[in-house]
Amino acid sequence: MNTNSNVYTIVYASVMVVIVAFLLAFVSSALKPTQDANVAIDKKQQILFSMNIRDIEKSQVQDKYKEVVKKDVVYAESSTEPSKSGDKQDEDGFTVPTKELSSTCRPLYVCEVDGKTVYVVPVKGAGLWGGIWGYVSLEADLETVRGAYFNHESETAGLGAEIKDNKKWQAQFDGKKIFNGDNKSAIARSVVKKGKSVDGVGDNNKIDAVTGATLTSNGVNEMLHECLGNYIDIFDNLKK
Amino acid sequence: MSKLFSKESKAAFTNPLNLDNPIAVQVLGICSALAVTSQLKPAIVMGLSVTVITAFSNVIISLIRKTIPNRIRIIVQLVVVAALVTIVSNILKAYVYDVSVQLSVYVGLIITNCILMGRLEAFAMMNGPWESFLDGIGNGLGYAIILVVVGFVRELFGFGSILGFQVIPQAAYDAGYMNNGMMTMPAMALVLLGCVIWAHRAYNKEEKK
Repeated sequence: MNTNSNVYTIVYASVMVVIVAFLLAFVSSALKPTQDANVAIDKKQQILFSMNIRDIEKSQVQDKYKEVVKKDVVYAESSTEPSKSGDKQDEDGFTVPTKELSSTCRPLYVCEVDGKTVYVVPVKGAGLWGGIWGYVSLEADLETVRGAYFNHESETAGLGAEIKDNKKWQAQFDGKKIFNGDNKSAIARSVVKKGKSVDGVGDNNKIDAVTGATLTSNGVNEMLHECLGNYIDIFDNLKK
Repeated sequence: MSKLFSKESKAAFTNPLNLDNPIAVQVLGICSALAVTSQLKPAIVMGLSVTVITAFSNVIISLIRKTIPNRIRIIVQLVVVAALVTIVSNILKAYVYDVSVQLSVYVGLIITNCILMGRLEAFAMMNGPWESFLDGIGNGLGYAIILVVVGFVRELFGFGSILGFQVIPQAAYDAGYMNNGMMTMPAMALVLLGCVIWAHRAYNKEEKK
């Protein structure tokens, strides 16, 4: 057969494309449920990490999450009443994709760790190469950070990626305050170079930036200001 | 059995490991070699993924090589590689989620790796499936070896650790030792790669002649 004829080439290409398309569609739809389950478990693990529940196996995540997280409330824009109660777990705040976090869609996880109430706020922002996101957990006073976990799409391994990989770096957040003194109107959390001082930021608001990853650190800083800033009215209301 | 491991088949496997190494001799796949070697673990996983994908795309192309229309052969090769990479990345996501997260961008990068297209075009189009399979494994491993060497040196001097475990003792830091930040930059990977190629050529000088 003449494999160089036009007809043969066109038919060959068409058949190949159809076969490959079916193959990929089949693989993708066959594996989708397993992948989604993995993604959900991973998200739950990240939320647990943010509360410093870190030494936990993947297989135990589901149970632990059920035990710890009581509600995943969603607040709509400029309303301090929940738009979704989150009573059922997993169905309201948890289903909000990280991409859709904004001032009009504000999920808040209400949790209980060792008998104490803990609030987990999801945050998202931009790093150097791609998106970054994370979870910040606050103690019942809605001011003290209990812990924080960050993750990223494609920051440089060993530099920007340290925000996820370096547990010591994340541990710096533990016990820090999100407000500076009595000024409760602005988030004062700051990720800056060691030793550098910023106006309106006290020592217990400061986190040392990652060496060699200034832009990623700036991204984390802005992410915290913007996303936590969205929740200030909710915090005020919860404190009453 | 003797046919399976004939001299030619063996050469297809062992040549790329040393004398015909894809990175050190053919200088292919440099881009990804710079990108993924700042630490050892991604370097190893990347090396293995490339090995698997090169081997299987080589086999597939070799099986259908006689039917491929000459004018669109590069496109056909690309489709096979891309389909394979997508399937592998889907399987990783479903069954070893943590590894797939670790690899994120690197899996996609495999499609653009010149070693793959190079081997398909230069070897699989002209040889049988078994030789092509060995050739793919050999080239993948040849690539992996260099990645591991560079990744090892970069992680050791850049972070003082190997595979994430601290190996340079705290006492050394207390005495004034510092991690070399340059090692974490891609530029240093290029310098190291140059050194590897230099050492490799100096060592193989005799055999070349």
